[in-house]
Amino acid sequence: MIGILDYGAGNLHSVRKALDFLGVQHRIVQQPSEMDGLEKAILPGVGAFEASMVKLHERGLVEPTVNWIRDDRPFLGICVGMQMLFTSSEENPGVAGLDVFPGEVRRFDHRKVPQIGWNKVYATGESPLLKGIDDGAFFYFLHSYYCKPKQSTVESGRSSYGIEYTSMLHRGNTHAVQFHPEKSAANGLKLLQNWVEL
Amino acid sequence: MVTHRIIPCLDVDEGRVVKGVKFKGIRDAGDPVDLARRYNEQDADELTFLDIGASHKSQQTMLNVVEQVSKEVFIPLTVGGGIRTVDDMQKALRAGADKVAVCTAALKDPQLLAQGSHAFGAQCIVLSIDAKKEGDSYYAFTHGGRNNSGKDAIEWAVEAEALGAGEILLNSIDRDGTKIGYDLELTEAISSRVQIPVIASGGAGTLRQLLEGVTDGKADAVLLASLLHYGEFTIADIKAHFSKHEVAVRW
Repeated sequence: MIGILDYGAGNLHSVRKALDFLGVQHRIVQQPSEMDGLEKAILPGVGAFEASMVKLHERGLVEPTVNWIRDDRPFLGICVGMQMLFTSSEENPGVAGLDVFPGEVRRFDHRKVPQIGWNKVYATGESPLLKGIDDGAFFYFLHSYYCKPKQSTVESGRSSYGIEYTSMLHRGNTHAVQFHPEKSAANGLKLLQNWVEL
Repeated sequence: MVTHRIIPCLDVDEGRVVKGVKFKGIRDAGDPVDLARRYNEQDADELTFLDIGASHKSQQTMLNVVEQVSKEVFIPLTVGGGIRTVDDMQKALRAGADKVAVCTAALKDPQLLAQGSHAFGAQCIVLSIDAKKEGDSYYAFTHGGRNNSGKDAIEWAVEAEALGAGEILLNSIDRDGTKIGYDLELTEAISSRVQIPVIASGGAGTLRQLLEGVTDGKADAVLLASLLHYGEFTIADIKAHFSKHEVAVRW
């Protein structure tokens, strides 16, 4: 059973529909007790860093999520769900992230912001999520901020938008992607399928 | 490098896709779910649905269409037409939209952009501007291009960005369905004044004119309807033409 952490993110339904399409069982998690019995967890994302963190706190899901990742249980963060794994974000200075990946989330400052559209992802490490997907394949991005991990070894995919930045992370059973696999047509569905089958 | 997007637009009235010229002379162009499937198979980068029916029933039909499309088409979906409140936005998002487009309601109450942006994030809020030239200026029109709001279209784009719009869908009323090309002067003027992406719409009739929207109009995406609905071009034709002229597309 896959749990989708619900902190009010706008695209929760898109993630559900993609899992439905893949024929995968899932349920929505709105409080800590609902994490019992899950095999995998997804932190979806659309929205602002602070608002997302506040909501996750309100639902008591911060500590269980941090513990889940520290215990190296299967996890997938999407978009803001990737950014929330970091220490802090320029979007809302002073607001603490989950801090399971040391580093900062920064704003694009020399391009059209938000980046909206299809961009290429190049593998920079061994990510099982990219199995069967061409290197440099297109995924759909929708964001104004990007993650800058302190340890470059956690990066598994890179993209370019004026600057080169980390668009995929991988450490143990924790995965995170800056793009929206649930909106990235065949490549995105394949990536989700790969994660589900891990 | 993010690619330039090709976005088919489905104007929906009472559950059917329709298309007119200069916002008038509407004719039937098919079933929206069938068309959405077809464009997805052709590698459309996103889909936009605009409800042009005035009735409550038409809106409900639209939500059903989006609900159905979002179960099988996994690319971004924008829904517009008749969205007046944050609650309307919520309903569209719940049905499966990723973004909502507002036009008339935002001109009446610009705070709607701020409220929507606060509730769902700026990336979710598309400001649709129906612009028409009168004298030396472009004005933003309401009610499907019928009424002049009196607001300068370019200033309105700048104001909307500050309020929290994440994208601008720019429709030229003068050019809509005419096939004489985008209003490049207007498109470039807005694109150079805002930092958020601009989608060009209204008037393209040839591959060259579509390309000009990006190269001369500086648009980040092009939105088109009848050229695709009536099979004059496929999305692949457009992407091949863009690639040939070194405009990056998802390919």
